[in-house]
Order: sequence, then structure tokens, then C-alpha cells
Amino acid sequence: MSNSPLPDKGKPIEHFVSTEPFDPLAVEKLTPAQEKYYFASQRQLMWWKFKKHKLALFSALFLLFCYLVIALAEFVAPYDLAHRHIGSIYAPPQGIHFFEDGKFVGPRVYQRVRTLDMDLQKRIYTDNKSKSYAINFFCDGDSYKFWGLFEARKHLYCVEEGGTFFLLGTDKLGRDMFSRIIYGARISITIGLIGIAVSFILGITIGGLAGYYGGWVDVIVQRIIEVLQSIPSIPLWMALAAILPVTWSPILVYFGITVILGLLDWTGLARAVRSKLLSLREEDYVLASQLMGAKPGRIITRHLIPGFMSHLIASATITIPAMILGETALSFLGLGLRPPVTSWGVLLNEAQNINVIVLYPWLILPVVPVILVILAFNFMGDGLRDAADPYE
Amino acid sequence: MLKYIVFRFGAMIPTLAIASLLIFAIIELPPGDYFESYIAELEASGEAVDPKKIEYLRTEYGFDKPMWQRYIGWVWGMLHGDFGYSFEYERPVSELIGSRLFLTMLLSFVTIIFTWLIAFPIGIYSATHKYSIGDYGFTLFGLLGLATPNFLLALIMMYFAKVWFGTSIGGLMDPEYINEPMSWAKFGSIMEHMVIPVIVIGTAGTAAMIRRIRANLLDELKKQYVTTARAKGVPPVRAVLKYPFRMSLNFFIADIGNILPAIVSGAEVVAIVLSLETTGPLLISALQSQDMYLAGSFLMFLAVLTVIGVLISDIALVILDPRIRLQGKAQK
Repeated sequence: MSNSPLPDKGKPIEHFVSTEPFDPLAVEKLTPAQEKYYFASQRQLMWWKFKKHKLALFSALFLLFCYLVIALAEFVAPYDLAHRHIGSIYAPPQGIHFFEDGKFVGPRVYQRVRTLDMDLQKRIYTDNKSKSYAINFFCDGDSYKFWGLFEARKHLYCVEEGGTFFLLGTDKLGRDMFSRIIYGARISITIGLIGIAVSFILGITIGGLAGYYGGWVDVIVQRIIEVLQSIPSIPLWMALAAILPVTWSPILVYFGITVILGLLDWTGLARAVRSKLLSLREEDYVLASQLMGAKPGRIITRHLIPGFMSHLIASATITIPAMILGETALSFLGLGLRPPVTSWGVLLNEAQNINVIVLYPWLILPVVPVILVILAFNFMGDGLRDAADPYE
Repeated sequence: MLKYIVFRFGAMIPTLAIASLLIFAIIELPPGDYFESYIAELEASGEAVDPKKIEYLRTEYGFDKPMWQRYIGWVWGMLHGDFGYSFEYERPVSELIGSRLFLTMLLSFVTIIFTWLIAFPIGIYSATHKYSIGDYGFTLFGLLGLATPNFLLALIMMYFAKVWFGTSIGGLMDPEYINEPMSWAKFGSIMEHMVIPVIVIGTAGTAAMIRRIRANLLDELKKQYVTTARAKGVPPVRAVLKYPFRMSLNFFIADIGNILPAIVSGAEVVAIVLSLETTGPLLISALQSQDMYLAGSFLMFLAVLTVIGVLISDIALVILDPRIRLQGKAQK
């Protein structure tokens, strides 16, 4: 009985204080995992959320890889853009083999033999299985000027002296398609970035003005946006592209096209900025900063725009594919970039003829990178959009 | 209601006015005019230029006047049904584009119906079976359609249509029906040739539409009334079809405003590849030869058509969904 902490029957209960240490915050204490989550910065949260979207992550890596490749285009492409293989016009893609007579010999290609079929008026290429050439890596090939800065000859891969290796075949002038696709990527996937930069600046400025000042500025901007959105874009692009002077240098035409694509694309962004500004400027924190004497310009750029910048970036990502497709469509119609500039649209322009599809189907291969890049941008944009609001 | 319609018609006027200014500016931008290139072309081929004829055309169409007078003349003419004169074809513009415009409209209309027929069931399926294999599969398929350049898809499909079904290549009808009066055989031929363009133009819009329907329907399915309906024991299919589905119907109509310009756009490029007798090929040649009245009136027509399409969809939306407030101002 005496072991029990309770007093005997009928006696009052003594005041008892536990000697255990007591932490008053114990209930609110977070586990390390929770702590990590609740104390993470917004950027960290976005990254975690983005990482969960596996497809988006993979797409982002793929795009990173693409931009890396175009940065090193001269090195990755086995042949120079202007290198014509007179003996291999319209040559189909060449296969690689690793084994000869049951022995592993590393990557090699067979010798190509060309015969002319006089009945069909067609060149026929056959493999001569008795002779083959090795494919080497990091070897010397066509010389090039890297980024126009310095001469170099190193290539990622090239074939032994005397042989040819056309991974994706050649075109009507005997130029290696793989090299052309790599060089074309340089134009095609940067055009979207520059275009989006133009539309971003226009969208934020014009949308910001409309949202902040409201009134008649807003009315006019709204009307203009409505007009631009209601006119079919490709005819407008065509009209604008048709006015680029023929005498312009390829680089100027390139910038002209990007600006055209950007000029007609800002409407969606401007709308988003405007409606966000209209609602956000009623928030308490805006009132607070107004009372503290902040100027309108500071309120917009310091407090309002950063609040939905991530949304803007996400929605901008989604419009990049439209620009890439726009460039291919314009170049395909002969209104965009013109040879000797090489872009994916220019390459596809050469595949315009139905004979090409029947006789030289490898000429439509540039469509594969187009599809891949556009899919990747779409998935990445999706992931970014979800991640843009990590508190949901 | 009537007030709303009148208001919307009124709002069309400034929209179209700005559009006409924009189009006129674009067409006026390139240096020189049609006659300069025309004279150069004639001289290059060694033909004699009749300066009187050129001078007559110049004054007739006001090329000696300042730009703003020409603009007013152009708009004034259009308001009176005079769309100008095509220098290249030497015929009035209205004669040239009448039938082509009809075919463009027909093509756009059929494409929208096609888009709906595809996007409707897939969108509902994707929303109700969120994150299922089917959902991912359809999404990927739709995105593939979005990512493939239209013009290439058109070329490839044209080839296989020839090989497998023997459809003649190019055009919107078999060659023997051109310039024939409309008949059932001609109609059938047009329909047969319309399949490829409709599929090609439709695929791009379908993907975007599926995703929008899916997102919309998902929002709707989360709402209390759906839970209530399910809790009451309404069978799942009925619970989806009775109300959330109707909500998405409104959305279909509202979306016309988004997809119509895109479809007309897509139709132009595909038309050039497939050499359809729609507005696309004529427009591009007019743009290239600076045949300004033809190009300008064309662009203007496309703008008017899309604005009217959007207007109709807005009015239909108000009829379908009484919750849309007609009066009052937009919320801040």
C-alpha cells in the first residue's frame, strides 16, 4: 500500500509535481522532415514540386542537353555545313555494325558503292561488305571556326580516311543531314527564346500599364489585344514576314522573324499581367506600402510583379513551342528563313515535295527533333506551371 | 438579352476598325507597290509596258494619293461591297474570293465539329479516369498531334491516302468536278478530299481542347453537388453526365473564340501544302506580289469571319448559361 503514490483512503491528495523536464513547445515541435518542409524557401518548394513531376524533370534535362549540343554544334556535327559530298547525293542513312565475322570490331561502316539505275534515273547505293571503315571519336575532320572565334578540327566522331558516314543520309547536294539538323537546331531552338523575350517585355509593360492605370488606357489595350487575338495568326505572320526585304542578310531576317513571332504573341501574357494587377492592387500589403509612401513604380516592380513572376515564366514556356512551330511553318512556306541559313523549317522546306517522301524519306527526319523539342517544352511547361504555386 | 446583343454588335465596330488599320498598315509597309514590280517584270521579259494603262490603274486606285486617303477609300469601298481590284488576276477581288471563302468557312466548320467529336469523349474520359493509363495515353497522343508540324502531317497523309484509298492528290475535289455545278457526286468528292485537311488541322486544336476540358471538368467534379449526388446514390455515369457534363458544354461553346482563329490559321498553311481551293494559296501569292487589295481584303475577311464566330459563340454562351451576368461591370 505504501508504494502507491496515492494517499490512504480519506486523506487529501498531496500536491504532486513531476520531476520530469517539461518542454512547453512539445506539442508544436516539428519532426525534422516537417521542419525541412515548413522552413524551406519558396524556391526550394518549387524545386521539390517540380522534381515530383518526373516527365517534366526529364524534359528539362533533355532541353538542357539540346542547348548544350547547339552550343557545341561545330564539334558535334561530323561535317561542315557547306561540305558537299558530290559522290553521295541523296544517299540513304548508313548503318553502323559492331561485329565482323563474329568478332567485336567496334563501330564501323561498310563502304558505299553507287550505281546508276538508268531506267528509273535513280542513284542506288549498296554496301560493299568486304570493305569497312572505323568510326573514331574525338578525331580531326573538316576544319571549322568555333563560334566564329578560332579554327579547330576536332569532331565528336568521324570516319576513317576514305570512307563516308552519313548517320541520317544526305540531301540533294550531298550534304550530311545529321550535321545540318544539328546546325539547324541552333537557329530553330533559339528563335523561341528570343521571341519569348520580346513578347515578355511587351506583355509585362503593356499589361502592367493597363492593369495599373485602368480607365481609358485599359480600354484601348483591351481592344488591341482582342483584335490581335481574333485575327488568325499565321496569315498575319505571313503578311509580316512578306514585308521583310529580300535584300536583308540572313541574320537580319532571323531577328526579323523572331520579332514578328514575339510581336503577335504578347497578348496572352499582357492579359494575365493585367488581370493579376487589377486584383492584386487591392491587397492589404499594397495599401500598407502605399501608406509607407512607396511610389507606384516601386509597388509594381517590387511587390506586385514578383508575386506572379513564376506564373508568367511557366506560361511563357508553354508558348515557346508555338514559336518554334511558327518558324518552321513560315520557313516551310518560303516566307521565313532562306538558305543558306539552315533551320529545321528550311530543312523541311526541302522535303516539301511528295516525291521526296516516296523516294528519299530520310529528308523528313528533321521533323523528329521538332516533335521531341516541342513535346519537351510542353511537359516542362506543365511541370513549371504546377510548381509555380507550391503552396497549393 | 437584346440589349446585350446590340452592345456586342456595337463592340465589334471598334474591333474591326482597329483590325482594318492594322491590316492596312501591314500591307502598306513594304516599299514600292504592285506596279513597280509589275513594270520591272514586264521589262525583264522584254514586253512593252503600256504606260497609259498603268497610269490609269494608278489614279483609279488612288496610288497617287496620300496613304490616309487610300485607307479611307479602301474601307469606304468595303462598306459598299467593293473590295477592290486584283492587279495580278485583273479581276475584282470579290469575284476571286467568293467561292474560296465559302470553302474556307466550310472547312473550318467541319474541323470544329471534328475537334468536338474527338475532344468531347476523350476529355470526359481523361477527367473521370485521372492519372490512368488511358489518361496519359490520350494526353500523349494529343500532344503528339500538337507537336507535329501540320504541313508535314498533311504531306504524309496525302501520300498514304493516294496509296491506300486512291484519293487524288491535292485540291478539294477530283479534277473533273472543278467548275462543275454542285451535284451529289461533287459533294461526295469534296467530302472525300476534306478528310485529310480536317484531320490535320483538327489534331492541333484537339490536344489543346482535351486538356482544357479535362482541367475544367476536374474542377467541376470536385464540387459539392457532385459529392452530394454520389452520396445520394446517383449512378456514377449519371452523376457525371447530368450536371458537370452540361457545364463542360458551355465551355465548348466558349472555346470557339479560342480555337476559331487557330483553325483558320492552320487551314491556311495546310491549304497551301494540299493546294486546296481555299483562301490560303491565293493569300500567300497576293502577299508575295504585293497585290494589296487582294491581300488586304482577304485578311479583313478572315478577321471579320473570326470576330463574327466569336460573337456567335458569346451569344450562344449567354443563352446556355444564365449565370453569366449581362449587365454590371467586371469585378475588380
